Amino acid sequence: MSNEATLHSQESLHHGHDDHGHGHDGHDHHHEETFISKYVFSMDHKMIAKQFLITGIIWAIIGAFFSVLFRLQLGFPDATFPWLESILGHWAEGGRITPEAYYALVTMHGTILVFFVLTAGLSGTFSNLLIPLQVGARDMASPFMNMLSYWFFFTASLVMMSSLFVQTGPASGGWTSYPPLSALGDASIGSKIGMDLWLISMALFVVSSLLGSLNYISTILNMRTKGMSMTKMPLTIWSFLFTAVLGVLSFPVLLSGFVLLLFDRHGGTSFYLSELFVQGKVLPNEGGSAILYQHLFWFLGHPEVYIIILPAMGMVSEILAVNSRKPIFGYLAMVGSMFAITVLAFLVWAHHMFVTGLNPFLGAFFVLLTLLIAVPSAIKVFNWITTIWRGNIRFTPASLFSIGFVSTFISGGLTGIWLGNSAIDIHLHDTYFVIAHFHIVMGVSAFFGMFAGVYHWFPKMYGRYMNQTLGFIHFWITLVGAYLIFWPMHYQGMAGMPRRYFDYSNWASFNQFEGLNAFISFVVIIVFATQLLFVFNFFYSIFKGRKLTTTNPWAATTLEWTTPINPGHGNWPGEIPEVHRWAYDYSKDGKDFIPQTVPVSPDESGH
Amino acid sequence: MMTMNAPKNKLHPHKYSLWIAMASITMMFIGFTSAYVVKRSQANWLAFELPAIFYVSTVLILLSSLTIYLAGRQFKARNMSAYKQLITLTALLGLGFVVCQFIGFADLKSNGLPLSSTVSASFIYVIVGAHVLHVLGGVAVLMVMFVRAFRTRIRTYSTIPIEVASTYWHFVGGLWIYLLIFFSLAR
Repeated sequence: MSNEATLHSQESLHHGHDDHGHGHDGHDHHHEETFISKYVFSMDHKMIAKQFLITGIIWAIIGAFFSVLFRLQLGFPDATFPWLESILGHWAEGGRITPEAYYALVTMHGTILVFFVLTAGLSGTFSNLLIPLQVGARDMASPFMNMLSYWFFFTASLVMMSSLFVQTGPASGGWTSYPPLSALGDASIGSKIGMDLWLISMALFVVSSLLGSLNYISTILNMRTKGMSMTKMPLTIWSFLFTAVLGVLSFPVLLSGFVLLLFDRHGGTSFYLSELFVQGKVLPNEGGSAILYQHLFWFLGHPEVYIIILPAMGMVSEILAVNSRKPIFGYLAMVGSMFAITVLAFLVWAHHMFVTGLNPFLGAFFVLLTLLIAVPSAIKVFNWITTIWRGNIRFTPASLFSIGFVSTFISGGLTGIWLGNSAIDIHLHDTYFVIAHFHIVMGVSAFFGMFAGVYHWFPKMYGRYMNQTLGFIHFWITLVGAYLIFWPMHYQGMAGMPRRYFDYSNWASFNQFEGLNAFISFVVIIVFATQLLFVFNFFYSIFKGRKLTTTNPWAATTLEWTTPINPGHGNWPGEIPEVHRWAYDYSKDGKDFIPQTVPVSPDESGH
Repeated sequence: MMTMNAPKNKLHPHKYSLWIAMASITMMFIGFTSAYVVKRSQANWLAFELPAIFYVSTVLILLSSLTIYLAGRQFKARNMSAYKQLITLTALLGLGFVVCQFIGFADLKSNGLPLSSTVSASFIYVIVGAHVLHVLGGVAVLMVMFVRAFRTRIRTYSTIPIEVASTYWHFVGGLWIYLLIFFSLAR
């Protein structure tokens, strides 16, 4: 049994201090690798990272394409696109998306990007790739569970994908799936089998995420190499640790909310349902509370946005320090602010519910706690800027995307202060202002962090570089395009334009935005095409990219660059290097950089 | 020395993962029970007596905690036949627990409180049911260990699996005690 093998290798890792024990784990053990065990059911964290990344890329293309489709409707409500009918069939009769299809597209866009791309694709990829490499471990604490984590994600993906092809269509009640709409099959066609598949897929997804997070935490806390104390870890590892803690503590609560919803759908229970009329019929359900679901959902839902953004923050910190040739500014403040964000993440969920009839007195506490998040966020922004301040900046696609991340995090974060106020939220909730806020601060920023990570660690993943020119084109169009898409939405939101509407032409007050809507949709198409350029660059570079000639292409201090260009399972051919210093000794004592493996010399200045 | 040198006093990674998993499971039940508390404070809450058989199942799961503790001691003493008997007994007690919970469900139903009746009863079914699934997971683990104990080709002398299983088993037992006290107090 595979688990047996895992247990044995763990034993040898732990008790075998002699070289022989390591040689066994790193090499002899994996001699007879077949195609299946190397590429499909792989237990190598690096391969699992690639599996997460490529699955995430496929989902990202689908999710982003859905946004192009519904932006066509929003931008050009009167136009017809006959090609839509040929791909969507009766969902786009006469070349115009039907309202049902519109809601399905919006729902799936949100679900796919929040969970399948920015959670699994982002933290699944980089936690897997970087944790063992940067803490100095041969693999995860349990490679078998790690493999299961990917295959649960894959199964969740298959179920979600299959829901796109059922007759009544996928879930269409919004990515939050609020009951009673999501609980009653008669209420909307998207609440029929599509909703069940959505819930099953999400339950599998939660399992995948938990298995992954368990491994990340125990690997970071247990399997660091000699000398790698917690305060010597790169900030990437800290961010992955906090992300995993958030996931482990918040996803189970979401699962319990889903379980109750499933019982309401099929068990005849009334957890969320009370005194309802559907199609003129009175339902027997009594005594439930739809708000209960919102509490359970947002208890995950809010930490979820930090699950998305924290890994991006960690990678950006690392990439900015490497490419400015300067130590990160305020390392402990960075760790402390991530810790503060992690704690506060659990205490602010009700700011999504200010207008549900929440007691205003209670609301005041949530306003206060929400606004408190501005403090650690501001500390981080300050430290990123002071890190690159007067640095010897190398403008690579990775460092550009990192700087872009700081920009979008600031401009999206500032609108969070508006929305966090319960009084202003009465006007702004469920408008395009909210769309603009969370797309910039969470969507675009997290994507920038992800792009930065892909460009920066691509050489470690595939032993080749990605094309830099295509990277620059990708960055500039994406940065300008993202602002052009989401900035105008602030104005629409302040004018009161509600989100999730299919057609605004019946409202005279929103007619002024006709041109703006068309403009946004036009930019969306250009930005989408640019992302395909990135996808091309990614896959082309895997096979044809410029080959690495050195193990440490970015002249970085961290451990992953001490491995061979194409490391095997076990990462280091010999012994795992010992760590003597923190990860940010750049431009110190006249040296460009000092790797973590170099012992501290007696005449060195302190840091 | 450039070797990987994990300090001996550190927890085994699998034990560590188990503790995190238990924290995670705890959060799920905190989610359930806080939903229960929120609902209870609202209108239309119907209070009723818990099925008496739940106290029988409590005794069973407490006994099984004792037997798995003894199993661990026998394993360390390499007393394999006693070990096998004790984990079998533990698994049987676990199954007995599950059966008792289902009898409890049948009691509720015959008292006019099926799953789809009042919300307070629905919560009992769902929360107790979710706990039963976690107990069954523990039973499955015990069965795997039982089969392993009979293998002659590969012999395992590591105490980690029995320690992990034992900790988990005490955990689901403790979880049930928590739920029972919770249901009794917050009726």
